Amino acid sequence: MKSVLRKLALGASTVAALLTASGALAQTQNQVNMGVAIPAATHGFTGGIVWWANQAKKDLEKAHPGLKITVKTAANAPEQANQLQDLLTVNKINTLVVFPFESASLTKPVAQVKSKGVYVTVVDRGLTDTSAQDAYVAGDNTAFGKLAAEYLAKKLNGKGNIVALRGIPTTIDNERMDAFNAVMKNYPDIKLLDARYANWNRDDAFKVMQDYLTRFKQIDAVWAADDDMAVGVLKAIEQAKRTDIKEVFGGAGAKGMVKTIIDGKNKLIQADVSYSPKFIYDAIKLTAEARVKGEKLPPNTIIPSVLITKENAKDFYFPDSPF
Amino acid sequence: MPPEPTDAVKQGAATPAATGGALRPAEPGTRAGGRARALLHGLGPVLGLVVLCITGTLLNGDFATLDNVMNVLTRTAFIGIIAVGMCFVIISGGIDLSVGSMAALIAGAMILVMNRLAPSLGSPTSVIALGIGLALLLGALFGLTHGLLITRGGIEPFIVTLGTLGIFRAYLTYFADGGALTLDMDLSDAYSPVYYANLLGIPIPVWVFLAVALLGGLILNRTAYGRYVQAIGSNEQVARYAAVDVNRIKVLTYMLLGICVGIATVLYVPRLGSASPTTGLLWELEAIAAVIVGGTALKGGSGTITGTVVGAVLLSVISNILNLTSIISVYLNSAVQGFVIIGVAFMQRRRK
Repeated sequence: MKSVLRKLALGASTVAALLTASGALAQTQNQVNMGVAIPAATHGFTGGIVWWANQAKKDLEKAHPGLKITVKTAANAPEQANQLQDLLTVNKINTLVVFPFESASLTKPVAQVKSKGVYVTVVDRGLTDTSAQDAYVAGDNTAFGKLAAEYLAKKLNGKGNIVALRGIPTTIDNERMDAFNAVMKNYPDIKLLDARYANWNRDDAFKVMQDYLTRFKQIDAVWAADDDMAVGVLKAIEQAKRTDIKEVFGGAGAKGMVKTIIDGKNKLIQADVSYSPKFIYDAIKLTAEARVKGEKLPPNTIIPSVLITKENAKDFYFPDSPF
Repeated sequence: MPPEPTDAVKQGAATPAATGGALRPAEPGTRAGGRARALLHGLGPVLGLVVLCITGTLLNGDFATLDNVMNVLTRTAFIGIIAVGMCFVIISGGIDLSVGSMAALIAGAMILVMNRLAPSLGSPTSVIALGIGLALLLGALFGLTHGLLITRGGIEPFIVTLGTLGIFRAYLTYFADGGALTLDMDLSDAYSPVYYANLLGIPIPVWVFLAVALLGGLILNRTAYGRYVQAIGSNEQVARYAAVDVNRIKVLTYMLLGICVGIATVLYVPRLGSASPTTGLLWELEAIAAVIVGGTALKGGSGTITGTVVGAVLLSVISNILNLTSIISVYLNSAVQGFVIIGVAFMQRRRK
């Protein structure tokens, strides 16, 4: 019964849309049935992704009557591939925004969806074959490493010892590290003592930092490369009562860190670099607005990573977001 | 109560199906040989640890400093305490895959409740005491649920705990709204000594670890309950014939493990003052690895708490050494751990 009603309502709204379309050609509103496939909230960052995706659904469905958004979260790559099929056959989507769980294993499933005439925007983790997408929206991983390096180099006046913590061995992590090293090449007096994987995880970062503190007697700055890891780093420094470290630079602009910068609560935390999960919101919004107007997105959109300092921190503080 | 429980169980344990072990009475003729074998077999992990420590000291002089030793022991405390509980479960022939998720959910629940109580209760000490009580209670309850599902429900422990592994973590993610649950600043300050303070120069978590291990050893070797656990793992059918209340003993082992997880969480929360969906990831495998490296057979029957403790320390020492040196590519860290686990297990393998 309900589905019949819904179909009738949908039919009626289509007719209404057609009528208005014929009435005012300038205001063409295309029916957009959008699927959003993202990883499940398993850590702070993906928690933010899920929150921002649902926020986008709420805001955009209100703003565009012809727009319907279905959000699906997956705990692993195979599950996400299944969801893509469901979105196509059950939800009959004509637009897809996908944050691939893994680049390589999702390429084929996404290509399949696109081959059925669905408009595809890929977010952040790219596909191995770009012909499987219409548009790509991502954060700027190069800037993520570059801004951190430039900031730390300036802060240390081009001289000192740095230790780095890395995320999970992935292409994004490599991009960030390469960008960081490229800048540091210009500062021969800055020594990168070591860079270890702490898996974007507080507990691992705590251990890695404890061991760094045991191993190196003089550390001037820490590139924690993530705000979650920075939390573990700070605790380890505090516990060891070390005073040689002047700066801990996280990354991603988690709300707790941004708040710390605004309040000036911790002298080790003075700056951060944005890599907000909000880019899923931007990607959904850009795609929806383009599709409603019947337009296309540029093939590549990079959401810039920006240096966050006390001056601009307010613009990056979203107290309602879980991240 | 059965009239002579201990003797009955001993008979059960001495059946041909029973595997050899230090605690099991053997035939008089082979007793000396069995003991020597058991000693050698128990020495494997200790030997591994000694070799590792010497290597560590050679590679980096800071390895043997008191600070580093305390760091390693303190971080072993969580896994070590859980491993002591896990040792009981594995000896009884069971397994628990959910402990990491359980620790995460207990940590999350503790933080939620403590934050909620803080304004109305006022004194941080009583809030923390309630939080600790809650953690232990939740651990026991979760363990009870596991035990009942396994014994009364007749579901394999592997399946039950595989299910709860997902359930616990999902609920934490849900409570945390996908982000992190963070303890109130004031509470966090008041609570932090539980992790960071020292007693006679030794950090509190190490003391707790020691106490849990001693108590665990005592329960396993000196109580009727401990002997029942070994008997069930050796041969459940025989234990049943010997009038051991198998179901009750099994439920108790899962509760014991749950309480151990609760204790570990009580120590974990003050470290970073927060719980997120990555809290306790893979702890179950680390705890199981510690038990197995420590000489307990995965099929149950026999095992020692000492071995388990050594196993847990050994695993943390490996990652500590890898962090203190840069000889091996960071990509290969897990491989080194894997090699050592297999190597130690090989050294202390037993003939079957």
